[in-house]
Amino acid sequence: MSRFSERARIFAAAFALSAAAGVTAGFALDTYTGVGRPATPAELKAWDIDVRPDFAGLPKGSGSVAQGEAVWEQKCASCHGTFAESNKVFTPLVGGTTKEDVASGHAAALKRPDYPARTTFMKVATVSTLFDYIRRAMPWNAPKSLSNDEVYAVLAYLLNLAEIVPDDFVLDDRTIRDVQGLMPNRNGMTWSHALWPGTEFSGKPVAPDVQAAPCMKDCKKEVEIGSALPDYALASHGNLADQNRLVGPVRGQVTAASVKAEAGPASPAAIAETAGCLGCHAATTRLVGPSYVEVADKYKGQDVTAKLIAKVRAGGEGVWGSVAMPPQEEIKDEDLKKLLAWILAGAPNK
Amino acid sequence: MIRRDRDRTGGGPRIRPAPESFLSAEEIAAVSAGRRDFLRGSFLAAAAALTAGPAAAAENAGDDAILKLPPWSTSLGQPVAATPYGLPSKYETAMVRRQSPGLTQVAGSSVSFMPLQGMFGIITPSGLHFERHHQGWHDIDPSRHRLMVHGMSEDFVRKPKVYTLDDLMRLPSVSRLHFIECGANTGMEWGNVAVPTVQYTHGMVSCSEFTGVPLRTLLEDCGADLSKARFVLAEGADGSSMTRTIPIELVLSGEVMVAYGQNGEMLRPENGYPLRLVVPGVQGVSWVKWLRRIKVGDQPWATKDEAVHYIDLMPDGQHRQYTSIQEAKSVITSPSGGQILLDKGHYNVSGLAWSGRGKIKRVDVSFDGGINWVEATLQTPVLSKCLTRFNVGWDWDGRPAILQSRAQDETGYVQPGYRMLRAVRGTRSIYHNNAIQSWKVAMNGDVSNVQVL
Repeated sequence: MSRFSERARIFAAAFALSAAAGVTAGFALDTYTGVGRPATPAELKAWDIDVRPDFAGLPKGSGSVAQGEAVWEQKCASCHGTFAESNKVFTPLVGGTTKEDVASGHAAALKRPDYPARTTFMKVATVSTLFDYIRRAMPWNAPKSLSNDEVYAVLAYLLNLAEIVPDDFVLDDRTIRDVQGLMPNRNGMTWSHALWPGTEFSGKPVAPDVQAAPCMKDCKKEVEIGSALPDYALASHGNLADQNRLVGPVRGQVTAASVKAEAGPASPAAIAETAGCLGCHAATTRLVGPSYVEVADKYKGQDVTAKLIAKVRAGGEGVWGSVAMPPQEEIKDEDLKKLLAWILAGAPNK
Repeated sequence: MIRRDRDRTGGGPRIRPAPESFLSAEEIAAVSAGRRDFLRGSFLAAAAALTAGPAAAAENAGDDAILKLPPWSTSLGQPVAATPYGLPSKYETAMVRRQSPGLTQVAGSSVSFMPLQGMFGIITPSGLHFERHHQGWHDIDPSRHRLMVHGMSEDFVRKPKVYTLDDLMRLPSVSRLHFIECGANTGMEWGNVAVPTVQYTHGMVSCSEFTGVPLRTLLEDCGADLSKARFVLAEGADGSSMTRTIPIELVLSGEVMVAYGQNGEMLRPENGYPLRLVVPGVQGVSWVKWLRRIKVGDQPWATKDEAVHYIDLMPDGQHRQYTSIQEAKSVITSPSGGQILLDKGHYNVSGLAWSGRGKIKRVDVSFDGGINWVEATLQTPVLSKCLTRFNVGWDWDGRPAILQSRAQDETGYVQPGYRMLRAVRGTRSIYHNNAIQSWKVAMNGDVSNVQVL
């Protein structure tokens, strides 16, 4: 609570400063005849979807942890994992926070250089951020398709996974305000820095935090190299000779075999990449979904192309586990056939 | 295996000039593949070439590139408009955008880097502009695109309006050159050296001439109360509907622009066609692409990309939020990591400098890892919040060297070294790494990425 009042104080102070500085009220209107038109109330309602930390813009609605779990399994787990801790497609959402963090409002693990992950719940200070983002951008391949109640429910499930709310919790436009006071890193942000152009956050101008001097001669006794690129990493970005011109003062170093791009129609692997398949599938390793080799083995000798086309189009679950594959409606028929032929052949490199 | 092994063989520089004019296309390919013995053997007067270089060869026999007329001098060329939208030469395939393998797991939410190692001047060709998408890119039908301008209430904007591209392109326009840099540029190198070339260390910066309408013009046209407005929200029309809180100071100054033009043509789809926000000096994520909505308010929004990402982790475990300005930074682009100097002798050491706070005032270059510095020449134009090209001559004597550049901007801010930057910010941030970049030149001419403390 104190954090919010402090924020309000800072904004008020910044406002007073700017008013004193004499920013003039701009009340010009309709400057250019015939350019632009008034937005209708229905249009404003359709697009005005943002939710601020003070919950301005929050729609009415509610959802329980249990309802959220059902939506999660169907629409979210394929990328984020059943417990939102998967690191396969995106960085983990949940993990790294404790009951002590919920009490203090500081994710203590952020102080530890050895701590391996920085999850969303370790970082995010404002619960409004999660509601706003899920509503506008999720699920990944079908943004803005969730109802407000579903957004509340999914967020309730996430808050439960993060051990912020109990199993029987119902999140709604009232209870979300209490949740803000439980966010594990709610006190984890600072605003007094020189990287914002203006004084809205700091209340006064802030000098840059690093002040170097432009020494020109004998600036130090020796040169200490802190880090150099290990040999094995030199080849990690392909053949550098191919990434530099063949004329000029320099050439690129030969670091790997040369790979020339092939012209012509998209390869099956490229189709899979474009359609987003490779987020969950790989040729030989199991990610969220089965590897293509596993798929090829399962259907070996069977004529399953028509069946698999229907499956990819409709999405579904149950064959390889409970994590659902999202429906693929965008991919062209001929591309899908080519893709399936490639998968059923075991996704060969060539 | 890797050429770096030659570092350990000792001895003086073994580089020979590669006079391409003596060589066939196959021989040039062989040279670029590092087969220098092959190069030697292919000179017309092999013995002369080995002892005295190509000049002697030319004296003895003459240069085939001169004596034997090439096909382009002896045949009819292609007609006009053979390529209605022109393409780079077929010899320029090295200069393309590239991803950094392993950086992200989903190409729809990823980055491609601009090939700084081969660029001249300050303008980034539109097709090489770096990319950073959060939920993939679309090619939007401009006739169906709309921009809505409104406020938290009528107290902020009296008359919320909708503009089409037809509307926006009728308004008085401005064209300005500005750099755009992702806040995470050089982010892979906070802790240690991680990538081999300047494309991957610094390739999330680009610079274009943008054409559009100052956002202030639109706010005034909608009757915004600019004394009440404290923050502006910008929102994209893509799947992520990217949202960022925009500093009102830059809106009121007229710098923030709603842009449709880039380098004389419309924006490229990957850069927000048909409409994007331009927020000079501020990190790229705020330059919302496929811009569909502007909202005026009195508090920041703490959107996902200013509350979970694009926040700077400090050593004490706190995050700095709403970090936006790209502080003064520079990098030598030629020679740079992963390249080979062909021979001893003269080089034009060239690079780029920029500052989110205004104009570049000067750039100094060191050849000894920062013990001594010389002032580089700034190439005109030198513009505010725009890339500035610097050059300095250097005679390489074949001995090891470490090249660095250090920018100063018109506010007096000096680009820091790694030791100084880390003393304040630690090593675990992802964003706003503007430390001095070092390139080590080995005796064999190999240039590699090192960090000097």
